[in-house]
Amino acid sequence: MSYVAFADRDHEHEHHDPDTFITKYIWSQDHKVIAIQYGLTAIFVGLIALGLSAMMRLQLGFPNDFHFINPENYYQFITMHGMIMVIYLLTALFLGGFGNYLIPLMCGSRDMVFPYMNMLSYWAYLLSVIVLVISFFVPGGSTGAGWTLYPPQAISAGTPGVDLGILLMLVSLAIFIVAFTMGGLNYVTTVLQARCKGMTLMRMPLSVWGIFIATILGLLAFPALLVSAIMMLFDKTLHTSFFMPAISSMGVDPGYTGGSPILFQHLFWFFGHPEVYIVALPAFGLVSDLLSTHARKNIFGYRMMVWAIIAIGGLSFIVWAHHMYVSGMNPYFGFFFATTTLIIAVPTAIKVYNWVLTLWEGNIHLRVPMLFAIGFIFTFIHGGLTGLFLGNVTIDLPLSDTYFVVAHFHMVMGVSPVLVVFGAIYHWWPKITGKMYNETLGKWHFWMTFLGTYAIYLPMHYLGFAGVPRRYFAMGNTDFLPASAQDLNAAITISALFVAAAQLLFFINMIWSLVKGPKSDPNPWHATTLEWQTPDHPPKHGNWGHHLPEVHRWAYDYSVPGYKDDFIPQNVPADKAPAGRDHGGAH
Amino acid sequence: MSEAILDSGATEAPGAKGLVDDWSRDKQVFGVPWGKAMMWIFLLSDTFIFSCFLVGYMSVRIATTDPWPNPSEVFGLEAFGVQVPLLLIAIMTFVLITSSGTMALAVNMGYRKDRKKTFWLMVATALLGATFVSMQAFEWSKLISEGVRPWANPFGAAQFGSSFFMITGFHGMHVTAGVIYLLIVAFRVKNGYYEKRGGNYEIVEIAGLYWHFVDLVWVFIFAFFYLW
Ligand code: HEM
Ligand SMILES: [Cu+2]
Repeated sequence: MSYVAFADRDHEHEHHDPDTFITKYIWSQDHKVIAIQYGLTAIFVGLIALGLSAMMRLQLGFPNDFHFINPENYYQFITMHGMIMVIYLLTALFLGGFGNYLIPLMCGSRDMVFPYMNMLSYWAYLLSVIVLVISFFVPGGSTGAGWTLYPPQAISAGTPGVDLGILLMLVSLAIFIVAFTMGGLNYVTTVLQARCKGMTLMRMPLSVWGIFIATILGLLAFPALLVSAIMMLFDKTLHTSFFMPAISSMGVDPGYTGGSPILFQHLFWFFGHPEVYIVALPAFGLVSDLLSTHARKNIFGYRMMVWAIIAIGGLSFIVWAHHMYVSGMNPYFGFFFATTTLIIAVPTAIKVYNWVLTLWEGNIHLRVPMLFAIGFIFTFIHGGLTGLFLGNVTIDLPLSDTYFVVAHFHMVMGVSPVLVVFGAIYHWWPKITGKMYNETLGKWHFWMTFLGTYAIYLPMHYLGFAGVPRRYFAMGNTDFLPASAQDLNAAITISALFVAAAQLLFFINMIWSLVKGPKSDPNPWHATTLEWQTPDHPPKHGNWGHHLPEVHRWAYDYSVPGYKDDFIPQNVPADKAPAGRDHGGAH
Repeated sequence: MSEAILDSGATEAPGAKGLVDDWSRDKQVFGVPWGKAMMWIFLLSDTFIFSCFLVGYMSVRIATTDPWPNPSEVFGLEAFGVQVPLLLIAIMTFVLITSSGTMALAVNMGYRKDRKKTFWLMVATALLGATFVSMQAFEWSKLISEGVRPWANPFGAAQFGSSFFMITGFHGMHVTAGVIYLLIVAFRVKNGYYEKRGGNYEIVEIAGLYWHFVDLVWVFIFAFFYLW
């Protein structure tokens, strides 16, 4: 089928640039346009999820003041907030957005291998988002089962949205998985089979490595979610008993017998844990490139970084039951899953050391992308350390389902990837739009977001230790909590509203840049990777004009002694510049 | 400095390092067309789907409190007055395995650019696939007429019907999609569609990969569902 595609064609014959507005920007098969469509849609739903978190915080901070938030709404907000943030925002933005934009450009291809399928992927994703949004407005509202959708309660009377809400949620997830599969197959095949000449795997920028391995994780993990969604749909609509045991629900026997709720948990977390890394690995990759570029130094331990990504990806499939310690399991299993969980900390720590060592004695430019990248190192170390607590069975049991867990996963998979998203948008904005943004405004955005999120999540660790449970609408009269816990909650809410408001700076900056921003240099950060070396700026359809680039070195030749510039782009031939520290060529 | 070495493949270091170098060489990891690489990756993903289904089935079969029906009785068929266990399933399996054979021949004829034979062999494969699906439909209606439903089962555990309809249904959808896919490719082979595009018949093999995969999955379903 390779004849329909043109990802590695040297000359662009028999290929016509799309010329009408519709083919260029709507039904586009260009990976860059699809990336932007994915990005905008993801950010749009992300804003909904942010709004929902603000509502939850209002309730938690000022429990008696907001009468339009009742317990049912609260559970719906929690569920949709979590699900949207994890899947419809971060997964879609990292893989559909950055994956689409960067893979062909960084690998030196003209496009994804099957552009038409790539386009379908976006439209299916949009459909899944539409179904999701519709679920807010159906009778009974969206589901309130928690983003983990655990049965029996997800489909039992009494849970909000038990009629149409959960149905649409499951359908939307299934559509999302189809969309992801169509895109993911493209990303993986493009990386494996359509790189330009000289671009060996061991010369690829770490961004591509992170996105590539994350996509493989997705292709192997989403099946478990798909299967559990199908089985739950049947339990709901056909009254099968895959997950539903014989229970009495609000005094009535709903007629289920003999199903296994624990089976759902296994399937869900067999997807759910790799999902954490589907979000984290692209962030690892992107942040590596930001750090190296803005510190003017090669990434420390490139090969180790690649192997760490692969190792983390592999290990992420054998740790899932650390989310189920409280569900109860054979102590040997608990031991096994605790051990594997702690083993993941090794490659992860290697990565963190290497980021810090990349900064060591670098020529650090504290531009906006770099601030976000360094901020990520802080929040990620922070969230990673609390993960060590939760990975141990005995420590997890009392901490499970408390605010300590909420603090942990927000630091590690909420704040950290979001900081990278912002850093990466600021970094690649000039390439995508050809315009510069306002640096000062960007710095304000960073500091308010970074300090604000600490103000939100640091106190939550303490609340968790004190015993404040997660997913509670209100605490009521609780003796074991000091009265001051409520003050802390109010303070957290104020910080959260502050952080939410600070995101306006980002949007103002970007709109200002589009309308009035100065034109950017084709390579404003003096970066080495291929996307900054395109003949047109921003790159046109087909990316490379007449000739595909040829790669002669790895992606990190910064500050090579004896060369006039402090960077050597990947496509500079070996006889035009010193050899640098290539890892992908001769050994 | 290194492209020549990496392309030739002959001078790679021995052991694990050579393996890594080989895999990470210039441009392509696998020396196959994109479509084929993508089909392999898709099938890997699909393997995980079917594995999850089968693991789910095994797990509910263990979890349920009601007795599991005896498959050789439930799936038995009366032929000439004798009750033959698993008769229909044996025929279905035979049909599907045969279709894998005709598919393999079609791939071979495709590479020989014998368009006529390729076409007929692919049509034969598709017909065998359609036969399989219709026998499955027959089996479904037989079970339904005996009172087996996704939510209930007169012979024992309700999960029997649930998993049976779900898994064979999902597999049957794969076969149906495969039949359509094969027919599209077959007619394109016949009307010279691929001649205009460089006369490349790799697509027949790609379709064949999918078809063999669907057969292989059936073997597992057969083993876990009917023989256990
Ligand atoms: C300013 C930003 C954010 C705020 C203020 C916020 C706030 C909250 C709150 C109040 C809860 C409910 C906790 C409870 O009552 O148990 C929650 C849950 C959650 N959040 Fe966030 N969040 C933010 C960003 C994010 C991001 C970026 C992610 C992405 C991973 C995320 C993922 C989740 C998840 C998975 C849950 C659990 C939902 C559930 O329990 O079903 N959040 N968040
Ligand atoms: Cu986990």
